[in-house]
Amino acid sequence: MTASRFRKPSILPGFGLTLGFTTFFLSAIVLLPLAALVFKTASLTWSQFLAILLDPRAVASYRLSFGAALLAAMINAVFGFVVAWALVRYEFPGRRLVDALIDLPFALPTAVSGIALATVFSPTGWLGQKLATTGVQVAYTWIGVVVALILIGLPFVVRSVQPALVEAQRDLEEAAETLGAGPFYVFRRIILPAVFPALLTGFTLALARGIGEYGSVVFISGNLPFKTEITPLLIVIKLEQFDYNGAAALGFIMLSMSFVMLFAINLVQAWGRRGQVAAGR
Amino acid sequence: MAGTSPRVEARRHVSAGAQVGRVALISIAVAFLGLLLIAPLGAVLAQAFEKGVEVYLQGFSNPDTLAAIRLTLLTAAIVVPANTIFGICAAWAIAKFEFRGKSLLITLIDLPFAVSPVIAGLVLIMLFGAHGWFGPWLQERDIAIVFAVPGIVLATIFVTFPYVARELIPLMQQQGSEEEEAAITLGAGAWVTFLRVTLPKIRWGLLYGIILCNARAMGEFGAVSVVSGHIRGMTTTMPLQVEILYNEYNFVAAFAVASLLAMLAIVTLVIKTFVEWRADRRTG
Repeated sequence: MTASRFRKPSILPGFGLTLGFTTFFLSAIVLLPLAALVFKTASLTWSQFLAILLDPRAVASYRLSFGAALLAAMINAVFGFVVAWALVRYEFPGRRLVDALIDLPFALPTAVSGIALATVFSPTGWLGQKLATTGVQVAYTWIGVVVALILIGLPFVVRSVQPALVEAQRDLEEAAETLGAGPFYVFRRIILPAVFPALLTGFTLALARGIGEYGSVVFISGNLPFKTEITPLLIVIKLEQFDYNGAAALGFIMLSMSFVMLFAINLVQAWGRRGQVAAGR
Repeated sequence: MAGTSPRVEARRHVSAGAQVGRVALISIAVAFLGLLLIAPLGAVLAQAFEKGVEVYLQGFSNPDTLAAIRLTLLTAAIVVPANTIFGICAAWAIAKFEFRGKSLLITLIDLPFAVSPVIAGLVLIMLFGAHGWFGPWLQERDIAIVFAVPGIVLATIFVTFPYVARELIPLMQQQGSEEEEAAITLGAGAWVTFLRVTLPKIRWGLLYGIILCNARAMGEFGAVSVVSGHIRGMTTTMPLQVEILYNEYNFVAAFAVASLLAMLAIVTLVIKTFVEWRADRRTG
Protein backbone atom coordinates (compact mmCIF):
# COMPACT_ATOMS: atom_id res chain seq x y z
CA MET A 1 0.00 0.00 0.00
CA THR A 2 1.80 3.11 -1.18
CA ALA A 3 -1.15 5.23 -0.13
CA SER A 4 -0.32 4.82 3.55
CA ARG A 5 3.13 6.27 2.97
CA PHE A 6 1.71 9.13 0.93
CA ARG A 7 -0.74 10.10 3.67
CA LYS A 8 -1.29 9.50 7.35
CA PRO A 9 -4.03 6.91 8.00
CA SER A 10 -7.47 8.21 8.96
CA ILE A 11 -10.83 6.56 9.43
CA LEU A 12 -12.60 9.35 7.55
CA PRO A 13 -13.81 8.45 4.06
CA GLY A 14 -13.54 10.30 0.80
CA PHE A 15 -9.82 11.03 0.56
CA GLY A 16 -9.36 9.56 -2.90
CA LEU A 17 -12.54 11.06 -4.29
CA THR A 18 -12.11 14.60 -2.96
CA LEU A 19 -8.38 14.86 -3.61
CA GLY A 20 -8.85 13.32 -7.04
CA PHE A 21 -11.55 15.77 -8.02
CA THR A 22 -9.61 18.71 -6.55
CA THR A 23 -6.48 17.84 -8.52
CA PHE A 24 -8.45 17.17 -11.70
CA PHE A 25 -10.42 20.43 -11.53
CA LEU A 26 -7.33 22.45 -10.60
CA SER A 27 -5.38 20.96 -13.50
CA ALA A 28 -8.15 21.42 -16.05
CA ILE A 29 -9.19 24.95 -15.09
CA VAL A 30 -5.96 26.57 -13.92
CA LEU A 31 -2.80 24.58 -14.61
CA LEU A 32 -3.45 23.36 -18.17
CA PRO A 33 -4.32 26.86 -19.49
CA LEU A 34 -1.31 28.38 -17.73
CA ALA A 35 0.88 25.66 -19.23
CA ALA A 36 -0.48 26.52 -22.68
CA LEU A 37 0.71 30.11 -22.22
CA VAL A 38 4.16 29.01 -21.07
CA PHE A 39 4.55 26.62 -24.03
CA LYS A 40 3.34 29.23 -26.49
CA THR A 41 5.99 31.61 -25.18
CA ALA A 42 8.62 28.86 -25.27
CA SER A 43 7.95 28.41 -28.99
CA LEU A 44 9.34 31.90 -29.63
CA THR A 45 13.02 32.37 -30.34
CA TRP A 46 15.11 34.37 -27.88
CA SER A 47 15.42 37.30 -30.26
CA GLN A 48 11.65 37.35 -30.91
CA PHE A 49 10.97 37.19 -27.19
CA LEU A 50 13.42 39.97 -26.33
CA ALA A 51 12.18 42.17 -29.17
CA ILE A 52 8.62 42.00 -27.78
CA LEU A 53 9.81 42.41 -24.22
CA LEU A 54 12.06 45.42 -24.81
CA ASP A 55 9.79 47.19 -27.27
CA PRO A 56 9.66 50.82 -26.06
CA ARG A 57 5.86 50.78 -25.92
CA ALA A 58 5.93 47.66 -23.73
CA VAL A 59 8.62 49.12 -21.48
CA ALA A 60 6.55 52.29 -21.03
CA SER A 61 3.58 50.12 -20.05
CA TYR A 62 5.59 48.22 -17.41
CA ARG A 63 6.75 51.51 -15.97
CA LEU A 64 3.17 52.74 -15.65
CA SER A 65 1.69 49.44 -14.39
CA PHE A 66 4.39 48.86 -11.82
CA GLY A 67 4.97 52.49 -10.86
CA ALA A 68 1.29 53.31 -10.41
CA ALA A 69 0.69 50.08 -8.45
CA LEU A 70 3.67 50.85 -6.21
CA LEU A 71 2.56 54.43 -5.55
CA ALA A 72 -1.05 53.33 -4.92
CA ALA A 73 0.09 50.60 -2.52
CA MET A 74 2.23 53.12 -0.61
CA ILE A 75 -0.66 55.59 -0.33
CA ASN A 76 -2.88 52.72 0.79
CA ALA A 77 -0.32 51.66 3.40
CA VAL A 78 -0.63 55.11 5.00
CA PHE A 79 -4.37 55.74 4.67
CA GLY A 80 -5.29 52.07 5.07
CA PHE A 81 -3.44 52.11 8.38
CA VAL A 82 -5.31 55.23 9.51
CA VAL A 83 -8.65 53.65 8.52
CA ALA A 84 -7.81 50.38 10.29
CA TRP A 85 -6.68 52.34 13.36
CA ALA A 86 -9.89 54.37 13.49
CA LEU A 87 -11.99 51.22 13.09
CA VAL A 88 -10.17 49.19 15.74
CA ARG A 89 -9.30 51.79 18.37
CA TYR A 90 -12.18 54.26 18.26
CA GLU A 91 -15.91 54.01 18.74
CA PHE A 92 -17.80 56.48 16.58
CA PRO A 93 -21.26 56.66 15.03
CA GLY A 94 -21.45 54.66 11.80
CA ARG A 95 -18.34 52.62 12.61
CA ARG A 96 -19.99 49.30 11.67
CA LEU A 97 -21.23 50.78 8.40
CA VAL A 98 -17.77 52.08 7.53
CA ASP A 99 -16.32 48.69 8.43
CA ALA A 100 -18.73 46.93 6.06
CA LEU A 101 -18.03 49.46 3.28
CA ILE A 102 -14.30 48.66 3.29
CA ASP A 103 -15.05 45.53 1.26
CA LEU A 104 -16.95 47.48 -1.40
CA PRO A 105 -14.03 47.41 -3.87
CA PHE A 106 -14.01 43.58 -3.54
CA ALA A 107 -17.72 43.32 -4.23
CA LEU A 108 -18.17 46.09 -6.78
CA PRO A 109 -17.50 44.93 -10.37
CA THR A 110 -14.35 46.61 -11.67
CA ALA A 111 -16.14 47.98 -14.75
CA VAL A 112 -18.59 49.78 -12.45
CA SER A 113 -15.89 51.34 -10.30
CA GLY A 114 -14.07 52.21 -13.51
CA ILE A 115 -16.89 54.21 -15.11
CA ALA A 116 -17.83 55.70 -11.72
CA LEU A 117 -14.30 57.00 -11.10
CA ALA A 118 -14.02 58.26 -14.67
CA THR A 119 -17.27 60.20 -14.16
CA VAL A 120 -16.37 61.65 -10.78
CA PHE A 121 -12.85 62.69 -11.84
CA SER A 122 -13.55 63.75 -15.42
CA PRO A 123 -12.93 67.50 -16.02
CA THR A 124 -16.70 68.03 -15.81
CA GLY A 125 -17.27 65.65 -12.86
CA TRP A 126 -17.87 66.50 -9.18
CA LEU A 127 -14.28 66.19 -8.07
CA GLY A 128 -12.65 66.71 -11.45
CA GLN A 129 -14.13 70.22 -11.71
CA LYS A 130 -12.71 71.22 -8.32
CA LEU A 131 -9.33 69.71 -9.09
CA ALA A 132 -9.25 71.40 -12.50
CA THR A 133 -9.26 74.81 -10.80
CA THR A 134 -6.02 73.83 -9.05
CA GLY A 135 -4.56 72.67 -12.36
CA VAL A 136 -4.61 68.96 -11.51
CA GLN A 137 -6.15 66.61 -14.05
CA VAL A 138 -6.83 63.11 -12.77
CA ALA A 139 -8.94 61.46 -15.47
CA TYR A 140 -7.07 60.35 -18.61
CA THR A 141 -3.66 60.84 -16.97
CA TRP A 142 -1.39 58.56 -14.93
CA ILE A 143 -2.87 60.06 -11.76
CA GLY A 144 -6.20 58.47 -12.74
CA VAL A 145 -4.50 55.08 -12.93
CA VAL A 146 -3.14 55.61 -9.41
CA VAL A 147 -6.57 56.66 -8.10
CA ALA A 148 -8.21 53.53 -9.54
CA LEU A 149 -5.51 51.32 -8.02
CA ILE A 150 -5.89 53.02 -4.62
CA LEU A 151 -9.59 52.08 -4.68
CA ILE A 152 -8.83 48.49 -5.68
CA GLY A 153 -6.02 47.98 -3.16
CA LEU A 154 -7.53 49.63 -0.08
CA PRO A 155 -9.35 46.58 1.39
CA PHE A 156 -6.18 44.47 1.24
CA VAL A 157 -4.30 46.84 3.54
CA VAL A 158 -7.19 47.52 5.93
CA ARG A 159 -8.14 43.84 6.26
CA SER A 160 -4.52 42.83 6.87
CA VAL A 161 -3.82 45.50 9.48
CA GLN A 162 -7.10 45.26 11.43
CA PRO A 163 -6.46 41.87 13.13
CA ALA A 164 -2.87 42.87 13.94
CA LEU A 165 -4.11 46.03 15.66
CA VAL A 166 -6.64 44.00 17.64
CA GLU A 167 -3.86 41.65 18.77
CA ALA A 168 -1.38 44.42 19.57
CA GLN A 169 -0.68 44.69 23.29
CA ARG A 170 -2.17 47.94 24.47
CA ASP A 171 -0.67 47.65 27.95
CA LEU A 172 2.76 48.21 26.36
CA GLU A 173 1.53 51.46 24.80
CA GLU A 174 -0.03 52.54 28.08
CA ALA A 175 3.12 51.68 29.99
CA ALA A 176 5.20 53.74 27.56
CA GLU A 177 2.81 56.66 27.88
CA THR A 178 2.88 56.46 31.66
CA LEU A 179 6.68 56.52 31.51
CA GLY A 180 6.45 59.77 29.57
CA ALA A 181 6.78 58.66 25.93
CA GLY A 182 5.12 60.97 23.42
CA PRO A 183 2.56 59.66 20.92
CA PHE A 184 5.05 59.62 18.01
CA TYR A 185 7.61 57.74 20.04
CA VAL A 186 4.97 55.17 21.05
CA PHE A 187 3.89 54.86 17.41
CA ARG A 188 7.41 54.41 16.09
CA ARG A 189 8.76 52.11 18.79
CA ILE A 190 5.72 50.06 19.87
CA ILE A 191 2.79 50.20 17.45
CA LEU A 192 4.65 50.13 14.15
CA PRO A 193 6.88 47.14 14.99
CA ALA A 194 3.81 45.19 16.14
CA VAL A 195 1.75 45.74 12.98
CA PHE A 196 4.57 46.08 10.44
CA PRO A 197 4.41 42.47 9.13
CA ALA A 198 0.66 42.81 8.60
CA LEU A 199 1.09 46.20 6.96
CA LEU A 200 3.74 44.78 4.63
CA THR A 201 1.46 41.84 3.76
CA GLY A 202 -1.37 44.21 2.90
CA PHE A 203 1.00 46.41 0.91
CA THR A 204 2.28 43.43 -1.11
CA LEU A 205 -1.24 42.11 -1.76
CA ALA A 206 -2.37 45.55 -2.94
CA LEU A 207 0.72 45.86 -5.13
CA ALA A 208 0.15 42.43 -6.70
CA ARG A 209 -3.48 43.20 -7.40
CA GLY A 210 -2.61 46.64 -8.78
CA ILE A 211 -0.08 45.33 -11.28
CA GLY A 212 -2.66 43.04 -12.88
CA GLU A 213 -5.73 45.26 -12.57
CA TYR A 214 -7.59 45.99 -15.80
CA GLY A 215 -11.29 46.82 -15.52
CA SER A 216 -11.23 49.78 -13.16
CA VAL A 217 -8.20 51.35 -14.89
CA VAL A 218 -9.11 51.32 -18.59
CA PHE A 219 -12.02 53.74 -18.23
CA ILE A 220 -10.17 56.43 -16.32
CA SER A 221 -6.71 56.09 -17.89
CA GLY A 222 -7.40 57.34 -21.43
CA ASN A 223 -5.22 54.52 -22.81
CA LEU A 224 -2.68 56.59 -24.75
CA PRO A 225 0.27 54.49 -25.95
CA PHE A 226 3.53 55.35 -24.10
CA LYS A 227 1.61 57.56 -21.67
CA THR A 228 -1.38 55.96 -19.99
CA GLU A 229 -1.36 52.42 -21.35
CA ILE A 230 -1.05 49.66 -18.73
CA THR A 231 0.51 46.29 -19.59
CA PRO A 232 -2.74 44.25 -19.34
CA LEU A 233 -4.32 46.66 -21.85
CA LEU A 234 -1.35 46.24 -24.20
CA ILE A 235 -1.96 42.46 -24.08
CA VAL A 236 -5.62 43.02 -24.99
CA ILE A 237 -4.60 45.30 -27.88
CA LYS A 238 -2.12 42.71 -29.19
CA LEU A 239 -4.84 40.05 -29.06
CA GLU A 240 -7.22 42.31 -30.98
CA GLN A 241 -4.52 42.70 -33.65
CA PHE A 242 -4.11 38.88 -33.73
CA ASP A 243 -0.51 39.29 -32.53
CA TYR A 244 -0.62 36.08 -30.46
CA ASN A 245 3.15 35.89 -30.04
CA GLY A 246 3.29 39.39 -28.61
CA ALA A 247 0.34 38.75 -26.30
CA ALA A 248 1.85 35.46 -25.11
CA ALA A 249 5.27 36.98 -24.38
CA LEU A 250 3.81 39.90 -22.42
CA GLY A 251 1.40 37.54 -20.67
CA PHE A 252 4.31 35.32 -19.71
CA ILE A 253 6.13 38.30 -18.19
CA MET A 254 3.05 39.26 -16.18
CA LEU A 255 2.56 35.68 -15.06
CA SER A 256 6.19 35.49 -13.89
CA MET A 257 5.64 38.75 -12.04
CA SER A 258 2.58 37.19 -10.33
CA PHE A 259 4.69 34.23 -9.19
CA VAL A 260 7.33 36.59 -7.80
CA MET A 261 4.62 38.53 -5.94
CA LEU A 262 3.03 35.32 -4.64
CA PHE A 263 6.43 34.19 -3.39
CA ALA A 264 7.01 37.58 -1.75
CA ILE A 265 3.61 37.43 -0.04
CA ASN A 266 4.32 33.94 1.33
CA LEU A 267 7.73 35.10 2.54
CA VAL A 268 6.29 38.17 4.27
CA GLN A 269 3.55 36.12 5.90
CA ALA A 270 5.97 33.46 7.12
CA TRP A 271 8.18 36.20 8.54
CA GLY A 272 5.21 37.84 10.24
CA ARG A 273 4.05 34.55 11.73
CA ARG A 274 7.49 33.94 13.17
CA GLY A 275 7.63 37.44 14.64
CA GLN A 276 4.29 37.34 16.37
CA VAL A 277 0.81 35.95 16.15
CA ALA A 278 -0.78 36.93 12.89
CA ALA A 279 -3.12 34.05 12.32
CA GLY A 280 -6.24 34.97 10.29
CA ARG A 281 -9.66 35.66 11.70
CA MET B 1 -3.11 63.19 48.57
CA ALA B 2 -0.65 65.81 47.44
CA GLY B 3 1.37 63.08 45.67
CA THR B 4 -1.48 61.96 43.41
CA SER B 5 -2.44 65.31 41.95
CA PRO B 6 0.38 65.64 39.37
CA ARG B 7 -0.38 62.17 38.06
CA VAL B 8 -4.05 63.01 37.56
CA GLU B 9 -2.99 66.22 35.88
CA ALA B 10 -0.70 64.31 33.54
CA ARG B 11 -3.37 61.83 32.59
CA ARG B 12 -5.83 64.57 31.77
CA HIS B 13 -3.19 66.19 29.57
CA VAL B 14 -2.60 62.94 27.64
CA SER B 15 -6.28 62.26 27.13
CA ALA B 16 -6.85 65.82 25.80
CA GLY B 17 -4.09 65.23 23.26
CA ALA B 18 -5.49 61.80 22.47
CA GLN B 19 -8.90 63.36 21.97
CA VAL B 20 -7.57 65.72 19.29
CA GLY B 21 -5.74 62.81 17.63
CA ARG B 22 -8.87 60.70 17.78
CA VAL B 23 -11.03 63.30 16.03
CA ALA B 24 -8.31 64.02 13.46
CA LEU B 25 -7.73 60.35 12.59
CA ILE B 26 -11.45 59.52 12.36
CA SER B 27 -11.94 62.56 10.12
CA ILE B 28 -9.07 61.56 7.84
CA ALA B 29 -10.37 57.98 7.63
CA VAL B 30 -13.96 59.00 6.89
CA ALA B 31 -12.93 61.70 4.38
CA PHE B 32 -10.63 59.27 2.55
CA LEU B 33 -13.34 56.61 2.35
CA GLY B 34 -15.98 59.15 1.37
CA LEU B 35 -13.85 60.39 -1.49
CA LEU B 36 -12.84 56.94 -2.64
CA LEU B 37 -15.91 54.80 -2.00
CA ILE B 38 -19.01 56.91 -1.49
CA ALA B 39 -18.44 59.49 -4.25
CA PRO B 40 -18.15 56.88 -7.04
CA LEU B 41 -21.09 54.88 -5.70
CA GLY B 42 -23.17 58.05 -5.50
CA ALA B 43 -22.08 58.97 -9.03
CA VAL B 44 -23.41 55.65 -10.38
CA LEU B 45 -26.84 56.25 -8.87
CA ALA B 46 -26.91 59.97 -9.74
CA GLN B 47 -26.04 59.27 -13.37
CA ALA B 48 -28.49 56.38 -13.65
CA PHE B 49 -31.41 58.45 -12.35
CA GLU B 50 -30.26 61.76 -13.93
CA LYS B 51 -33.20 61.90 -16.32
CA GLY B 52 -35.79 60.36 -14.03
CA VAL B 53 -37.07 56.90 -13.22
CA GLU B 54 -38.75 56.39 -16.59
CA VAL B 55 -35.59 56.94 -18.60
CA TYR B 56 -33.78 54.72 -16.07
CA LEU B 57 -36.24 51.90 -16.69
CA GLN B 58 -36.07 52.44 -20.46
CA GLY B 59 -32.39 51.57 -20.18
CA PHE B 60 -33.49 47.98 -19.62
CA SER B 61 -35.78 47.79 -22.66
CA ASN B 62 -32.80 47.29 -24.95
CA PRO B 63 -32.89 43.60 -26.04
CA ASP B 64 -29.07 43.40 -25.94
CA THR B 65 -29.10 44.55 -22.33
CA LEU B 66 -31.70 41.92 -21.44
CA ALA B 67 -29.62 39.28 -23.22
CA ALA B 68 -26.58 40.44 -21.24
CA ILE B 69 -28.49 40.07 -17.97
CA ARG B 70 -29.59 36.57 -18.99
CA LEU B 71 -26.04 35.57 -19.92
CA THR B 72 -24.68 36.88 -16.62
CA LEU B 73 -27.29 34.88 -14.69
CA LEU B 74 -26.56 31.76 -16.77
CA THR B 75 -22.81 32.12 -16.21
CA ALA B 76 -23.23 32.52 -12.46
CA ALA B 77 -25.63 29.55 -12.40
CA ILE B 78 -22.89 27.32 -13.85
CA VAL B 79 -19.82 28.85 -12.21
CA VAL B 80 -21.02 29.15 -8.62
CA PRO B 81 -22.16 25.52 -8.20
CA ALA B 82 -19.00 24.26 -9.95
CA ASN B 83 -16.70 26.21 -7.66
CA THR B 84 -18.80 25.35 -4.61
CA ILE B 85 -18.45 21.61 -5.26
CA PHE B 86 -14.75 22.10 -5.94
CA GLY B 87 -14.32 24.20 -2.79
CA ILE B 88 -16.01 21.61 -0.57
CA CYS B 89 -13.95 18.77 -2.07
CA ALA B 90 -10.70 20.70 -1.74
CA ALA B 91 -11.45 21.73 1.85
CA TRP B 92 -12.40 18.16 2.82
CA ALA B 93 -9.20 16.70 1.34
CA ILE B 94 -6.97 19.41 2.80
CA ALA B 95 -8.57 19.86 6.24
CA LYS B 96 -9.39 16.23 7.08
CA PHE B 97 -6.25 14.46 5.87
CA GLU B 98 -2.49 14.78 6.18
CA PHE B 99 -0.67 14.12 2.93
CA ARG B 100 2.48 15.13 1.07
CA GLY B 101 2.36 18.21 -1.11
CA LYS B 102 -0.48 19.79 0.81
CA SER B 103 1.02 23.27 1.07
CA LEU B 104 1.84 23.21 -2.64
CA LEU B 105 -1.78 22.33 -3.36
CA ILE B 106 -3.01 25.24 -1.22
CA THR B 107 -0.65 27.65 -3.02
CA LEU B 108 -1.86 26.42 -6.42
CA ILE B 109 -5.50 26.87 -5.39
CA ASP B 110 -4.69 30.50 -4.49
CA LEU B 111 -2.93 31.09 -7.80
CA PRO B 112 -5.89 32.65 -9.68
CA PHE B 113 -5.98 35.42 -7.04
CA ALA B 114 -2.46 36.44 -8.00
CA VAL B 115 -2.94 36.27 -11.77
CA SER B 116 -4.22 39.26 -13.73
CA PRO B 117 -7.75 38.74 -15.10
CA VAL B 118 -6.42 39.53 -18.56
CA ILE B 119 -4.02 36.59 -18.24
CA ALA B 120 -6.96 34.36 -17.28
CA GLY B 121 -8.58 35.21 -20.60
CA LEU B 122 -5.32 35.04 -22.54
CA VAL B 123 -4.48 31.49 -21.43
CA LEU B 124 -7.88 30.26 -22.66
CA ILE B 125 -7.14 31.75 -26.08
CA MET B 126 -3.76 30.00 -26.07
CA LEU B 127 -5.59 26.76 -25.30
CA PHE B 128 -8.81 26.91 -27.29
CA GLY B 129 -8.25 29.75 -29.80
CA ALA B 130 -7.73 29.13 -33.53
CA HIS B 131 -3.94 28.96 -33.00
CA GLY B 132 -4.19 27.28 -29.61
CA TRP B 133 -3.41 23.69 -28.56
CA PHE B 134 -6.94 22.40 -29.11
CA GLY B 135 -7.87 25.02 -31.73
CA PRO B 136 -7.63 22.87 -34.90
CA TRP B 137 -9.27 19.87 -33.19
CA LEU B 138 -12.19 22.03 -32.05
CA GLN B 139 -12.52 23.70 -35.44
CA GLU B 140 -12.81 20.34 -37.21
CA ARG B 141 -15.69 19.45 -34.94
CA ASP B 142 -17.23 22.91 -35.18
CA ILE B 143 -17.10 23.53 -31.43
CA ALA B 144 -16.68 27.14 -30.34
CA ILE B 145 -15.24 27.80 -26.89
CA VAL B 146 -13.38 31.09 -27.26
CA PHE B 147 -15.57 34.03 -28.37
CA ALA B 148 -18.59 32.01 -27.23
CA VAL B 149 -20.42 31.21 -24.01
CA PRO B 150 -18.22 28.24 -22.92
CA GLY B 151 -15.15 30.51 -22.94
CA ILE B 152 -16.95 33.07 -20.80
CA VAL B 153 -17.91 30.35 -18.32
CA LEU B 154 -14.38 28.91 -18.20
CA ALA B 155 -12.78 32.35 -17.72
CA THR B 156 -15.22 33.10 -14.91
CA ILE B 157 -14.53 29.75 -13.22
CA PHE B 158 -10.81 30.57 -13.41
CA VAL B 159 -11.04 33.97 -11.70
CA THR B 160 -13.52 32.84 -9.00
CA PHE B 161 -11.77 29.51 -8.46
CA PRO B 162 -10.36 30.05 -4.93
CA TYR B 163 -13.28 31.83 -3.24
CA VAL B 164 -15.22 28.94 -1.66
CA ALA B 165 -12.13 26.81 -0.97
CA ARG B 166 -10.35 29.77 0.64
CA GLU B 167 -13.22 30.31 3.10
CA LEU B 168 -13.69 26.63 3.97
CA ILE B 169 -10.09 25.40 4.36
CA PRO B 170 -9.15 27.46 7.46
CA LEU B 171 -12.61 27.01 8.96
CA MET B 172 -12.56 23.22 8.65
CA GLN B 173 -8.95 22.98 9.79
CA GLN B 174 -9.82 24.94 12.91
CA GLN B 175 -12.91 22.82 13.63
CA GLY B 176 -11.00 19.52 13.55
CA SER B 177 -12.41 16.09 12.73
CA GLU B 178 -13.43 14.56 16.08
CA GLU B 179 -17.16 14.81 15.43
CA GLU B 180 -16.84 13.31 11.95
CA GLU B 181 -14.69 10.49 13.34
CA ALA B 182 -17.28 9.82 16.03
CA ALA B 183 -20.06 9.67 13.44
CA ILE B 184 -18.11 7.23 11.25
CA THR B 185 -17.17 5.07 14.25
CA LEU B 186 -20.85 4.91 15.22
CA GLY B 187 -21.64 3.57 11.77
CA ALA B 188 -22.80 6.60 9.82
CA GLY B 189 -22.03 6.54 6.11
CA ALA B 190 -19.77 9.07 4.44
CA TRP B 191 -22.62 11.02 2.88
CA VAL B 192 -24.71 11.12 6.07
CA THR B 193 -21.66 12.26 8.04
CA PHE B 194 -21.05 15.11 5.63
CA LEU B 195 -24.68 16.25 5.48
CA ARG B 196 -25.53 15.88 9.17
CA VAL B 197 -22.22 16.63 10.89
CA THR B 198 -19.95 18.71 8.66
CA LEU B 199 -22.42 20.81 6.68
CA PRO B 200 -24.17 22.34 9.74
CA LYS B 201 -20.76 23.31 11.14
CA ILE B 202 -19.54 25.03 7.99
CA ARG B 203 -22.77 26.49 6.64
CA TRP B 204 -22.04 30.17 7.41
CA GLY B 205 -18.53 30.01 6.02
CA LEU B 206 -19.88 28.20 2.98
CA LEU B 207 -22.58 30.83 2.43
CA TYR B 208 -19.95 33.56 2.74
CA GLY B 209 -17.73 31.90 0.14
CA ILE B 210 -20.67 31.37 -2.20
CA ILE B 211 -21.85 35.01 -2.12
CA LEU B 212 -18.32 36.31 -2.70
CA CYS B 213 -17.89 33.86 -5.57
CA ASN B 214 -21.24 34.93 -7.00
CA ALA B 215 -20.48 38.65 -6.77
CA ARG B 216 -17.17 38.20 -8.55
CA ALA B 217 -18.69 35.81 -11.13
CA MET B 218 -21.42 38.28 -12.08
CA GLY B 219 -19.07 41.25 -12.09
CA GLU B 220 -15.97 39.86 -13.80
CA PHE B 221 -14.81 42.15 -16.58
CA GLY B 222 -11.18 41.68 -17.67
CA ALA B 223 -11.08 37.91 -18.18
CA VAL B 224 -14.50 37.76 -19.81
CA SER B 225 -13.70 40.75 -22.01
CA VAL B 226 -10.70 38.94 -23.52
CA VAL B 227 -12.57 35.73 -24.43
CA SER B 228 -16.02 37.11 -25.20
CA GLY B 229 -15.51 38.49 -28.71
CA HIS B 230 -18.11 41.15 -27.84
CA ILE B 231 -20.89 39.78 -30.04
CA ARG B 232 -23.88 41.89 -29.07
CA GLY B 233 -26.81 40.08 -27.59
CA MET B 234 -24.81 36.85 -27.74
CA THR B 235 -21.56 36.98 -25.79
CA THR B 236 -21.82 40.17 -23.76
CA THR B 237 -22.32 39.91 -20.01
CA MET B 238 -23.60 42.78 -17.88
CA PRO B 239 -20.18 44.37 -17.22
CA LEU B 240 -19.36 44.18 -20.94
CA GLN B 241 -22.72 45.73 -21.78
CA VAL B 242 -21.87 48.57 -19.37
CA GLU B 243 -18.67 49.14 -21.33
CA ILE B 244 -20.43 49.09 -24.72
CA LEU B 245 -23.14 51.54 -23.62
CA TYR B 246 -20.59 53.80 -21.93
CA ASN B 247 -18.38 53.92 -25.03
CA GLU B 248 -21.45 54.82 -27.09
CA TYR B 249 -22.06 57.78 -24.75
CA ASN B 250 -25.36 56.20 -23.73
CA PHE B 251 -24.58 57.14 -20.15
CA VAL B 252 -28.02 56.73 -18.58
CA ALA B 253 -28.35 53.17 -19.89
CA ALA B 254 -24.73 52.35 -18.98
CA PHE B 255 -25.19 53.57 -15.43
CA ALA B 256 -28.60 51.88 -15.19
CA VAL B 257 -26.96 48.49 -15.82
CA ALA B 258 -24.07 49.54 -13.55
CA SER B 259 -26.57 50.40 -10.81
CA LEU B 260 -27.87 46.81 -10.89
CA LEU B 261 -24.30 45.56 -10.42
CA ALA B 262 -23.76 48.11 -7.64
CA MET B 263 -26.89 46.84 -5.90
CA LEU B 264 -25.55 43.31 -6.23
CA ALA B 265 -22.36 44.49 -4.49
CA ILE B 266 -24.34 46.15 -1.69
CA VAL B 267 -26.53 43.08 -1.15
CA THR B 268 -23.34 40.99 -1.04
CA LEU B 269 -21.90 43.27 1.65
CA VAL B 270 -25.12 43.13 3.68
CA ILE B 271 -25.18 39.31 3.60
CA LYS B 272 -21.46 39.25 4.42
CA THR B 273 -21.97 41.53 7.43
CA PHE B 274 -24.88 39.37 8.59
CA VAL B 275 -22.86 36.16 8.23
CA GLU B 276 -19.95 37.65 10.18
CA TRP B 277 -22.32 38.81 12.89
CA ARG B 278 -23.76 35.26 13.13
CA ALA B 279 -20.28 33.75 13.25
CA ASP B 280 -19.22 36.20 15.98
CA ARG B 281 -22.25 35.34 18.08
CA ARG B 282 -21.55 31.63 17.80
CA THR B 283 -17.94 31.86 18.86
CA GLY B 284 -18.08 34.89 21.13
